[in-house]
Amino acid sequence: MSSTVNVRVPTILRTYTAGESDVSVQVGEGATLSDVVQALDAGYPGIAGRVLDDAGQIRRFVNVYVNDDDVRFASGLDTTTPDGTKVSIIPAVAGG
Amino acid sequence: MTITVDSATPANSGRNPDLGRATGLSCRECGAISPLGPFYACTECFGPLEVAYDYGHVTREQIDAGPKSIWRYRDLLPVPSGVADIPNTDPGFTRLVRADNLARELGVKTLWIKDDSGNPTHSFKDRVVAVALAAARELGFTVLACPSTGNLANAVAAAAARAGIRSFVFVPSNLERPKIVASAVYGPTLVAVDGNYDDVNRLASELAGEHEDWAFVNVNVRPYYAEGSKTLGFEVAEQLGWRLPSQVVIPVASGAQLVKVDKAFRELLALGLVDGEPPRIYGAQAAGCNPVAAAFKAGHDAVRPVRPDTIAKSLAIGNPADGPYVLDVARRTSGAVEDVTDDEIVEGIRLLARTEGIFAETAGGVTIAVLTKLLREGLLDPDAETVVFNTGQGLKTLDAVTTAVGPTATIPPTTEAFHALEVASR
Repeated sequence: MSSTVNVRVPTILRTYTAGESDVSVQVGEGATLSDVVQALDAGYPGIAGRVLDDAGQIRRFVNVYVNDDDVRFASGLDTTTPDGTKVSIIPAVAGG
Repeated sequence: MTITVDSATPANSGRNPDLGRATGLSCRECGAISPLGPFYACTECFGPLEVAYDYGHVTREQIDAGPKSIWRYRDLLPVPSGVADIPNTDPGFTRLVRADNLARELGVKTLWIKDDSGNPTHSFKDRVVAVALAAARELGFTVLACPSTGNLANAVAAAAARAGIRSFVFVPSNLERPKIVASAVYGPTLVAVDGNYDDVNRLASELAGEHEDWAFVNVNVRPYYAEGSKTLGFEVAEQLGWRLPSQVVIPVASGAQLVKVDKAFRELLALGLVDGEPPRIYGAQAAGCNPVAAAFKAGHDAVRPVRPDTIAKSLAIGNPADGPYVLDVARRTSGAVEDVTDDEIVEGIRLLARTEGIFAETAGGVTIAVLTKLLREGLLDPDAETVVFNTGQGLKTLDAVTTAVGPTATIPPTTEAFHALEVASR
């Protein structure tokens, strides 16, 4: 069984998605955010390197939301992403 | 290093923007350079972009010849040289009050309050918005927008009205009533969002990706906007007679203000406009939203987001964009970041009002209470010249003190009733 996860792509990453602001990826059952990022990179090569740092962690100026929750409040890259999950990647340099 | 730049320059009419002596946008994380444009995050690493300049020569005389507003520092801002002639709110040059009564009460030798409640919409946000508006026009934007904890919404709505353009402001729906009314009155499209500020901020970031012709002042034109806070530092130095204080206490929400005041002091030193040492910089947060203070005290470099719960709603940013840089500044200058409880905030508001006749909003209460706490803890030098920033007006956050202060008594209109109170001889 595979699951569909929808990903909201920020403007600065749309060069990887041919301008698309919303893309979807297929991941296995029980997949996590980490799997979603890998699947994203398979479809749009290079995108993972923009979201993750050299140590494979989410860059400090990137906010990632799984549905409505900042993954820093959940389990980070280990946050589960069941079928129909919406993932948003947003630059963290806004506000105040 | 490869430099990729999004070719979409949303609303730019095609001409080169006149942004004064600004030369480009530089990533604070990796140093990659982007051209001047509506960019805010580095395409390489998502790091925040900052305006870079070639200042050349700037003199005190040039500044002194300018208007009594932030535009006297126009050569140090990303704005056109004729900015003072274009309709804007023209904020700044607010009073620097020598606070001898408060100093005596706290046992401090020399204390000043930089009282930014005197700006057109009564908070420091007029400074950043005025710069954002000036830059946004040059970049070709025709709509002003923002997510806000209130003060920014006031400032954006007023500035857009002055400029004769549309504005969209997004605020948490549980905001203090005066801040909602004091935005709505200027005629923006005001959207109250069920959620906290971080939720509103996220929504605005997503909308900024959809409406690329809207200048979200603190999102897609944030590099320009944030530079406006430097004027607080410039003014403090000029009002002290072109001197730097030894230490300053500044409230921390996103942290951009504190970081930019530090930048202002360093620029003045680099330009030879002042001599001496850069001040020690202290950040002030509420205990109910203290991600930066917590990281400072724990010795961490990263700031872990929190869910805010404090009466200091203008500082209630649980995921502060400039948090890591506040830590850098506080550590580099031998300052600190401290937090205080809501009760201490109310006491801080009352203390400043009672001693100096300045009614601060909750953020000002945070700063005064942190000043008190830092002195108590021995982290602030009572013999060193100190400047404390009051960034907003108490009338906007009346609820914070309505249960703490009120009439001494209610009496019938007779002298006997007044005498019976025995208050005159106390």
